[in-house]
Amino acid sequence: MPEPSRDISRALGRGLLWAAVALGAALMLFPFLWTVITSITPQGNLSGGPSLIVQDPTLDAYRELFASIPVGRIVVNSFGVAVASTLLQLVTGSMAAYAFSRLAFRGKPFVFGCYLATLMIPLQVLVAPLFIMLTRMHLNDTYFALLAPNIASAFGIFLLKQAIDGVPKELDEAARIDGAGHLRIWGQVVMPLVKPAMAALTVFAFMESWNSFLWPLVVIRSPELMTLPLGLSYLQGQFTTEWNVVMAGSVVSILPIVVVYLFAQKHIIAGMAHTGLK
Amino acid sequence: MSDAIVIGAARKARRRKMAAKNLGWVLVFLAPSAIPLLMFKIAPMLASAWVSLHEWNMISPMEWVGLGNYANLLTSENTWEVFGHTLLYILGYLPLVYAGGLLIAVALNQKLKARGFLRAAYFVPVVTSWVAVALVWQWLLNPSNGLVNHLLGLVGLPQPGWWTDPFWAIPSVILASAWKDLGFVMVILLAGLQAIPQEVQEAATVDGANPWRSFWHITFPLLSPSTFFVVVISLINGFQVFDQVYVMTGGGPSGASQVAVGRIYDLAFRYGEAGSASALSWILFAIILAVTAVQMYGQKKWVNYA
Repeated sequence: MPEPSRDISRALGRGLLWAAVALGAALMLFPFLWTVITSITPQGNLSGGPSLIVQDPTLDAYRELFASIPVGRIVVNSFGVAVASTLLQLVTGSMAAYAFSRLAFRGKPFVFGCYLATLMIPLQVLVAPLFIMLTRMHLNDTYFALLAPNIASAFGIFLLKQAIDGVPKELDEAARIDGAGHLRIWGQVVMPLVKPAMAALTVFAFMESWNSFLWPLVVIRSPELMTLPLGLSYLQGQFTTEWNVVMAGSVVSILPIVVVYLFAQKHIIAGMAHTGLK
Repeated sequence: MSDAIVIGAARKARRRKMAAKNLGWVLVFLAPSAIPLLMFKIAPMLASAWVSLHEWNMISPMEWVGLGNYANLLTSENTWEVFGHTLLYILGYLPLVYAGGLLIAVALNQKLKARGFLRAAYFVPVVTSWVAVALVWQWLLNPSNGLVNHLLGLVGLPQPGWWTDPFWAIPSVILASAWKDLGFVMVILLAGLQAIPQEVQEAATVDGANPWRSFWHITFPLLSPSTFFVVVISLINGFQVFDQVYVMTGGGPSGASQVAVGRIYDLAFRYGEAGSASALSWILFAIILAVTAVQMYGQKKWVNYA
């Protein structure tokens, strides 16, 4: 029989924990809330510092935003490229991660090292050679050019490899005895068990593409191929004093990732409680 | 004794046969990622290595200077300064973001009220643009009327000049970065925590281990593959810190917070010295590669895989 005093102290501890975590969450949400509030403040000005009270809220900034850049087209471009790159990264990444985790081959540490090395050079010096290369291939200023650097990512491969390394090998062996080949073990045994990592990668891959700025800036000339960060930088140039319009643009750019995150979060959490092993 | 040798040799031969059979599968599984990475990452990287041996303003033809760019950079005091700042940033940022992310991940792995909402709240800064985040932090850390200094004043602590003070500029960037990336670490560690079979944690509780001990002796070691990932990736990214410095301090005051990639950016896009920019990138690459290699070899000592 549990002592009542212990129950009370446990409930109290939980309450305190919740209060601390909730306070932290409020601090986390603050800049975003402030972005939203500035976007609905008439002629948003920042001189008074952030305020959480709006006098005369208005959607003027959003009207101005939609009037000054083709938001619809821009969002469709960004969304299409981000979805394509996310799907490609999930497939290419989970296959490579399976190879690094489950297949024995010579020079594996070296090959894996080469993969990781692709993360170690700043993009700032890669854009010029990449641009020249794609121009020679007559592929600059196309959707493919936007997508090219994000078809595969060593970040995602590393993330998934760590997850697959955590899946007990006994499960593969059981499947192999049942006559499954590598493709089936990859797709039907291992993949379902690393869903949390796949969901996390979905968020990061989407975000990476959605927010990428420098490369689209270099490779895109046609206004109809413009992506969101390019549109937003145009706004910042045009509306240096009208922060409400700039912040309205930020809100439009943040919300889709939050939605993607909310979808993915369920899978990040409802992962593999049971592997079927004891 | 000799039996063992025979068995060992047989095992080796079998492994070699397996490896040969595997090679086809290795190609099948690696090609979809290897081909795009070779074309769109490795090829431009090699091109930038070539550029680093030239003087090039990205408009007129390249001029061969051999290792001249490297010699200039390695003998310039400025290079050591920006690497020093970068290192300082990492030393502050990594412990802070990891400890914070772990704390939040463990707390939000408990059955708390509205935890779905709370998890999302901690992730929002990860997706908020640096421009908005920097504005808020510049306001919070404003030396004269910022909230942080106001609070420090109330409890009688000294009020630093934060991003306007050469000494406090990097700590300001560290605070804002750790705050923004907390949600990233949280998501990775939450995914890692989910992968730990509940039976293992329950077994410890039934055995009467107190929560603190069962965390350090069971959960934390089982989380080590995720921890390893966070540390390796955070170091790779930390050495390339740029956006937040650019928007918060612009490298100032008077270069006090200029970091390696900030310098690379200035060299390439301000002074039109693509050769030097590439050379500095390759020096940075060598450092990151060495740091990562040490971790890859060291992982056997502390990372537990199933």
